[in-house]
Amino acid sequence: MHTASSRRKGLLIVACTCLLLLAAGIPPSATATTAAASKAPDGLTLSDIRWLRRASFGLDSATLENYRQLGRQRWLDQQLADRNDALPPAVRDLIASYPALSTPPADLLADAIQARREYKSMPDGDAKVATKKKLQKQLRDMGQQAQQAELLRAIYGSNPLKEQMVWFWLNHFSVYAAKGRVRLLAADYEEHVIRPHALGRFRDLVLATLKSPAMLEFLDNAKNVKGKTNENYARELMELHTLGVGSGYTQQDVQQLMLILTGAGIAPKPPRRGGRAGFGQAGFVREGLFVINPRKHDFRDKTFLGQEIKGSGYGEIEQAADLISRQPACARFVSRELAEYFVADSPPPALVEAMAQTFQRTDGDIAAVLRTMFDSPAVLVDSAKKFKDPTQFLVSAMKLAYDGRPVSDAKPLLNWLNQMGEPVFGRITPDGWPLDGASWSGSGQMAARFAVARAIGSGRNRLFTGDTGAAGNTRLPLVPAMDSPLYRTAFEPYLSSATRTALGKASSPQEWNTYLLSSPDFNYR
Amino acid sequence: MNRREFLLAAASAAVALPTLSFTGRLFAAPANSPRFLLVFLRGGYDCNNLLVPCASDFYYESRPSLAIARPDAANPNSAIPLDAQWGLNPVLRDSILPLWQNKQIAFVPFAGTDDLSRSHFETQNNIESGQPTEHRSGFRSGFLARLSGQLTGAPAIAFTRNLPLSFQGAARDIPNISLKADPKAQFNAKQSAILSDMYKNTPLAAATADGLALPATISGDLRNEMIKASRGAPSARSFATETRRIATLMRDQYRLGFVDVGGWDTHVNQGSVTGGLANNLRNLGEGLAAYADALGEQWNNTTVVVLSEFGRTFRENGDKGTDHGHGTVHWVLGGKVNGGRIAGEQVAVNPSSLLQHRDYPVLTNYRDMLGGLFARIWGLTDGRLQAVFPQAQARDLHLV
Repeated sequence: MHTASSRRKGLLIVACTCLLLLAAGIPPSATATTAAASKAPDGLTLSDIRWLRRASFGLDSATLENYRQLGRQRWLDQQLADRNDALPPAVRDLIASYPALSTPPADLLADAIQARREYKSMPDGDAKVATKKKLQKQLRDMGQQAQQAELLRAIYGSNPLKEQMVWFWLNHFSVYAAKGRVRLLAADYEEHVIRPHALGRFRDLVLATLKSPAMLEFLDNAKNVKGKTNENYARELMELHTLGVGSGYTQQDVQQLMLILTGAGIAPKPPRRGGRAGFGQAGFVREGLFVINPRKHDFRDKTFLGQEIKGSGYGEIEQAADLISRQPACARFVSRELAEYFVADSPPPALVEAMAQTFQRTDGDIAAVLRTMFDSPAVLVDSAKKFKDPTQFLVSAMKLAYDGRPVSDAKPLLNWLNQMGEPVFGRITPDGWPLDGASWSGSGQMAARFAVARAIGSGRNRLFTGDTGAAGNTRLPLVPAMDSPLYRTAFEPYLSSATRTALGKASSPQEWNTYLLSSPDFNYR
Repeated sequence: MNRREFLLAAASAAVALPTLSFTGRLFAAPANSPRFLLVFLRGGYDCNNLLVPCASDFYYESRPSLAIARPDAANPNSAIPLDAQWGLNPVLRDSILPLWQNKQIAFVPFAGTDDLSRSHFETQNNIESGQPTEHRSGFRSGFLARLSGQLTGAPAIAFTRNLPLSFQGAARDIPNISLKADPKAQFNAKQSAILSDMYKNTPLAAATADGLALPATISGDLRNEMIKASRGAPSARSFATETRRIATLMRDQYRLGFVDVGGWDTHVNQGSVTGGLANNLRNLGEGLAAYADALGEQWNNTTVVVLSEFGRTFRENGDKGTDHGHGTVHWVLGGKVNGGRIAGEQVAVNPSSLLQHRDYPVLTNYRDMLGGLFARIWGLTDGRLQAVFPQAQARDLHLV
């Protein structure tokens, strides 16, 4: 029965198979196909699988099927063309049920300001304390909804390369949800700032993040005004976002960029009439919550990166974004980081150089730079293994274990990511989570990862039960059917003997799943 | 036996015999060598209601609802006099006062950083990095990691869920494990062996074996400990429970440790001798006293420093709380600490001594103070201290 089903692609059948195995007490490894594929099943070669491990956010049946039909180049074309962000309807509905996602950021901000005002005016006492707790919880929920939405998209998005890029840029232009009002703005940042530009032009991405309420709040440019300047964002914009530390810009450049950025901030509510905020003045610019307030802008001429920039308000900012993103240092810096994420902790310099050349030739076309990288044989070199960071581990484990089946509650995902220490929007410092393997493979981290592997592999989790309803709690845990056609196509033929030995020792499907998700074969991409 | 074989042998021994720790065997440290534990209070604790400037009228004017009463033998809720200027929050009567009387604790007021952002995350990171504020050379190098690189035979460990910045950037793997909960091993011996075996020919062999063995080792040690001490398990969430677990590891295997305690950001209704801050201080005090107790004789080879990213506003705010401030009070404890005194440079507590009319100034930079302390504990040369705290000027407060 098991071998008969092994050639079929129906997920339901696989799930049933596993339940039957569970009922019969037979570990799946006992029946695992032993025809260890001298030839690749279903037409995918080891090279295909290796390449896809990097290009996709972990393997699932839909990705393999799509790749099978299109072949490598057309699959890549399709991913880079960025026309499809589809989600399964159930996941789309789940995300749409989060107020943080369904409410415009201006309303979220206005509501928060109003609630805060009401809280402040309350008399001291228990009611006030209770209100404060309630407001804090609402804020926390907002941040968590943004985190959950991002994770759900990572797992279920129809364009896995783009989903990786969304995470990559969220991390590159990192914001910390727990600072100030960033929590309220994080969902907007992911959906409307990063996502639309994830495969677009780097310069547009820089400008979008520069104008985003989340970044203005996180790196304090909202407080950078004429006569009372704050250079936090100006510094990080060059050091972390575009040029890299030690690339040749000076403290003078930081300060000039800071002046260019004066008056760029957030205005929560549409104005009634001119007045203090500078609305209606010449040079006033508004885009959503972003404003340039001419009264707070320093209109002196600047010299930035060796170029004269005439004091003109918003135009200065666009000029500066052009100037920064056309620096050769920017092309190298961004290319290196991409290669570190996708290829190797220390990527081959020749690869980085080729990517940087593409970056400069195409004026920062992100899709073109990725194409240079994915066309390179460096992606396929066996020695260039990458240890998955916790997000890659979690996303790929969910794909292997549940293969597209929509969860009904995303909170466990967030808890696991917290346990492994890499929550999205959770990096306190603006440098983003580290991309190298060593940062994620310490002893405590390995133990935490194995525990998550078991939480997923054993089915003892609340992914499908939801928050409420005692009935949900009494349901038997659904042990994911991991000994699946997906497994047999993309994993089983290439397992190391150490992992095979471990799987052979599993005494239950739960253990078998746990060992597979814990194995080095699964944890290196 | 090469290194890898040794690691594996140690790993399987640890799995088979939970009381033998993997890391402990790996880096054997001399029994009586110095131990250092950093306790980081995250959130900026209100030092003015720990070490009460009870000689200052300004204190009582500034805190109409939060001030702790002047020492008064008849009032158990009054500050406990430490010297003519300073009193101790009475919630620490049973835990910290005995240490003070034994001259095993010193307080360093007007301490902290030169980071004036008054931002939690920025200042915490600033401190943990231990680098000069104006010339920070990287986001991922912590001063305890650099200290560990300057010492031999001083195994390091973080008692936290993630490796804190303080310990990041070390040349060798520094393990981390949270002991807030009973570190129950997630996997039994057989499962652990199977998981370890999968990684035995990979660069992660040591980390994997260590990560699986540590919880088992610790649970085993702790069970023995509880039986020996004939004590019931203290309440599950107390810091004392955690520090007793930490003490077991610091006594037997590790020499450099880090733990953090949260919940100090008391903007609203913080209370004085009751309330949120008082509970936190009591919990902290009991934890530190339990640590001293659990270390036994090795308390004499131990130094603990308690610090926080900043102090709070000297005046109470409109919500019966306090806001982010600057200078704070560091605690230095240990069996051989030159304690029973308020150490470091001080000023009278009055309106004109406040920084920006708001909070304590910093007269003792934490880098200089810790540099001086480390020099005394380990006899570190200036060159080595510079590696730990670049451009710091170690100040010897004769704390040990």
